[in-house]
Amino acid sequence: MRRPISVRVVGPLQWIVYPALLTVLATIVLATPLRLFGIALPEPVFALVLVYAWPMIRPAAIGPVALIVVGLFLDIFWGGPIGLWPLSFLIAYGGMLVSRTFMSGHATVINFVLYVCCVVTVFFVAYVVTALRINNAPSMLALAGQMIPTLLLFPLADWFVQKFDDNDVRFL
Amino acid sequence: MAFRDGPFDNMKLPLAWVAAVVVVVGMIASIFMLAGSNQKDATRVSYMRAGVENAAAPVGEVLSAPVRWTGNAFEYVQGYFFAVSENRRLRQEIAELNDWRDEAIALKNINGRYEKMLGVHTDPPIPMVTGRAVTDARGPFARARLVNLGTGDGVQAGNPVLSEHGVVGRISGVSGRVSRLVLLTDVSSRIPVMVERTNARAILTGDASRNPRLDYVRGVNMVQAGDRVITSGDGGGFPRGLPIGTVAKSVDGSWRVKLFSERAAIDYVRVLLFQDFNQLIDPSAITAPTLSSLNTAPAPTPQQAAAIADATTRRATANEAAAERARQAEARAVAREQAEAQARELARQQAATAPAQNTATPPAPSNGNTGG
Repeated sequence: MRRPISVRVVGPLQWIVYPALLTVLATIVLATPLRLFGIALPEPVFALVLVYAWPMIRPAAIGPVALIVVGLFLDIFWGGPIGLWPLSFLIAYGGMLVSRTFMSGHATVINFVLYVCCVVTVFFVAYVVTALRINNAPSMLALAGQMIPTLLLFPLADWFVQKFDDNDVRFL
Repeated sequence: MAFRDGPFDNMKLPLAWVAAVVVVVGMIASIFMLAGSNQKDATRVSYMRAGVENAAAPVGEVLSAPVRWTGNAFEYVQGYFFAVSENRRLRQEIAELNDWRDEAIALKNINGRYEKMLGVHTDPPIPMVTGRAVTDARGPFARARLVNLGTGDGVQAGNPVLSEHGVVGRISGVSGRVSRLVLLTDVSSRIPVMVERTNARAILTGDASRNPRLDYVRGVNMVQAGDRVITSGDGGGFPRGLPIGTVAKSVDGSWRVKLFSERAAIDYVRVLLFQDFNQLIDPSAITAPTLSSLNTAPAPTPQQAAAIADATTRRATANEAAAERARQAEARAVAREQAEAQARELARQQAATAPAQNTATPPAPSNGNTGG
């Protein structure tokens, strides 16, 4: 007699909706105007964890849709032009989607390089769009001020990929 | 019956292709949204923004409350430990400011008189409302804050915003209870300013760094490090004379402005309910003749009236005395002129009689050696 095996079904709620909501929440929390000794809180783009991790876990139609929603939220919440972050996210997501078959299963260092490429792509697109749109290039120091905290989120992104990569990911 | 158990279970759609199609469609939609956000009339987007901001503002307010308490605690502890040194510093400042106060009072008095004489219409005080910044966006592509003031408080898009140190930015969008404040450091911020020392005009351009650039400086050598920068009032977006910061030279050689508002965390802000100069002054008063404001001056008190009457009497007496002196001087001048004319006439008559005597008595002949 075969013993029943419990299979943990991971739906989009677990690996897409909840992380997206947590991203939004973290963004709101770090937007608190706290400043101690002249230093403000860092403001990383948490959604880049999702841009990197979702295609690595599994391609899905709901992923880009969720990224559009999160990007729109960032545009509205941070006061930028509507469409800036969705476009940047989707370009990087598309790149990840193309390269995932070559990159999955590599060492952490390689994954980190991939994450760096993902972050650089998103910020490059946002930088170019902003510079073209208002004829004024943002300061590189300010760009680094947001890019570096975002790069430091790699352990979180790596953990996220590891957590869902080995699960039985099914979709309804 | 679950979806995967149904007839669609056998339909193996390649997930990567579906995701790619969604990505492409999403990218096209994003580009359209970006193009649409440049349009002035983006009403739907405004509603969407207002909805998100109204939802986010209370959350930010709750989150920023502990921050304020923490800040107050820090200030309390700092004040306790540094009370003696601060006391010394404040005494020194008071000693320095006393002289400035006396001079300011004297100058204000003189300036008031000049303004009245010239019929200058000074800007009336601009109404303002005080609010609190509840969220803060500090990224390279947007530097903005949400302020817990809205249309209910009279705030409108375009209103200038100040902290206790100087100009912070301006309101870019407003809903019922929340408004969005775009900082001077935002990459899209451009403010007409002037250097106080030389009156040189420039445009303060934000680039997401802490010190915005000073672009389009008019004139040569009009700026030097340490100059104070204020709003110029050009274009009517800001009232003139609001403090912004001091000029500093950046490492790339461009002029930048160290903002006064960056001295401390921007917590409480004041929104000036200023639209343009039309609200400050009656348009018909602009064309009023000089000294017209004297007609609208309030009636003098008895002491002032007595002083004015006394001054008027003294001035009239002085004028009469001066006129009398002038009359006497004129009479003396006329008498002197007549005397001189008589003297000249007498001299001419004497000159006329002298040749007649000379012709009557011819001169004696010479001593005879003229024929040689």
